[in-house]
Amino acid sequence: MLPDIDDMTFETALEELEAIVARLEQGNFTLEEAMQLFERGQQLTHHCNQQLNQAVLRVEQLTADGEIIEVDS
Amino acid sequence: MFALTPESSTWSVSELTSYIRELFEIDFRLQDVEVSGEISNFTRARSGHLYFTLKDEQAQLRAVMWRSDALRLPFDPADGDAVVARGAVSVYEAGGVYQLYARSLQPAGRGDLAQLFEQLKQQLEAEGLFDPAHKKPIPPLPRKIGLVTSADAAALRDILQVLQRRWPLVAVLVAATLVQGRDAPPQIVRALQWLDGRDDIDTIIVARGGGSLEDLWAFNDEQVVRAVYAAHHPIITGIGHETDFTLADFAADLRAPTPSAAAELAVPDQADVRQQLVAQQLYLQRQMVNWLTQQRRAVQVLSRGLGHLSPQANLNNNRQRVDHLTGRLDQAMTRLLERRRNQFLLAQARLTAVSPLATLGRGYAIVRHQDGSYIHSVNQVQAGDPLQVQLNDGQFAATVEGK
Repeated sequence: MLPDIDDMTFETALEELEAIVARLEQGNFTLEEAMQLFERGQQLTHHCNQQLNQAVLRVEQLTADGEIIEVDS
Repeated sequence: MFALTPESSTWSVSELTSYIRELFEIDFRLQDVEVSGEISNFTRARSGHLYFTLKDEQAQLRAVMWRSDALRLPFDPADGDAVVARGAVSVYEAGGVYQLYARSLQPAGRGDLAQLFEQLKQQLEAEGLFDPAHKKPIPPLPRKIGLVTSADAAALRDILQVLQRRWPLVAVLVAATLVQGRDAPPQIVRALQWLDGRDDIDTIIVARGGGSLEDLWAFNDEQVVRAVYAAHHPIITGIGHETDFTLADFAADLRAPTPSAAAELAVPDQADVRQQLVAQQLYLQRQMVNWLTQQRRAVQVLSRGLGHLSPQANLNNNRQRVDHLTGRLDQAMTRLLERRRNQFLLAQARLTAVSPLATLGRGYAIVRHQDGSYIHSVNQVQAGDPLQVQLNDGQFAATVEGK
């Protein structure tokens, strides 16, 4: 079972996308596999773009007390 | 303004002291003077101001350095240090003393800052702290960046802006420190080590905005440079401006000319990455189309191959063969008949040529007995024998009259 794309980080999604492209370059798969790979590649690309669209820089700061607090960027 | 009043010859202490102070202050040379000497009676007040005496063999000069200037000191002065102090000479009226209000202090015994920098640089270089082979690659897609810089500086704002614009997927953990003065180096070292000890950090940026050589001195501190070298996470420095090089820069895995540039080197640009994504998507599509075309072609080739083997094709094939054979047979028969007919005509002609009937045409007759047997000789007949006589156009009966 392939991991759920929605839960993926950008990096993981990109990694899998690259793997899929490499796999498609090799050929040697069934039509069903090819369609699945292609569809998954499309979904991964979409997910990566989506991640970039929604991203907001998260900034944390170490306080004098040794705590880590979230601050506005 | 002078407090001098010609009518009165008696001054108050304040008046005289104030007058003397004004004399000091109208001498512009005393407003910016450089003086070398040895430090003694060094005191750091709780307020952060420094009090000390500068002396040489023959004289001594009281000196004070305010906290704001003291914070920027690149080193920790102590009694016995030979220094060059720079500042203004004026009068401390409440104490009745003139003194140097030092704004900067440089160690003179060990040479000036530039010399100090060179010495330390050579030493650390010889130790291999700047060795390119030791430098770690910068991760292309960091998840979290550790940031060592001043909390309220423009440098921090610049860095966060660049990160937000280029790669907002990254998280930042700021370990704020002083970035100048004698307390800065230990703070920077601690912040660096704290960030380096975390395993959620991919890259560390050490940054400080522009300033004088003294301002940037904390980043030439030996302990800071060693901490940069020793870090396990890759470190990018962005200290000062383009032309500023600190020893921390040399020890870092990557040196950026400014804090903003450090942020740029730490993350990819989302514009580039988006373009790559589009390219990859197109590539994926093309790859897919190519593959499908290829498969379709393969299917065509195979189905053609299969067609030759199918029963239907076999049937068609046979049918065609039958047709073909039938055609050939027809032709053969026709040819055969033709030939036979020719032969027959020829034979007939030849037959006609040799036929006795043809001779009959020339006036001869065939004479036979009643039983049809031919009569070649007169010995074969007796008088009274009935004969059959055949001529060219028919026959008639005759009887032998005699011989």
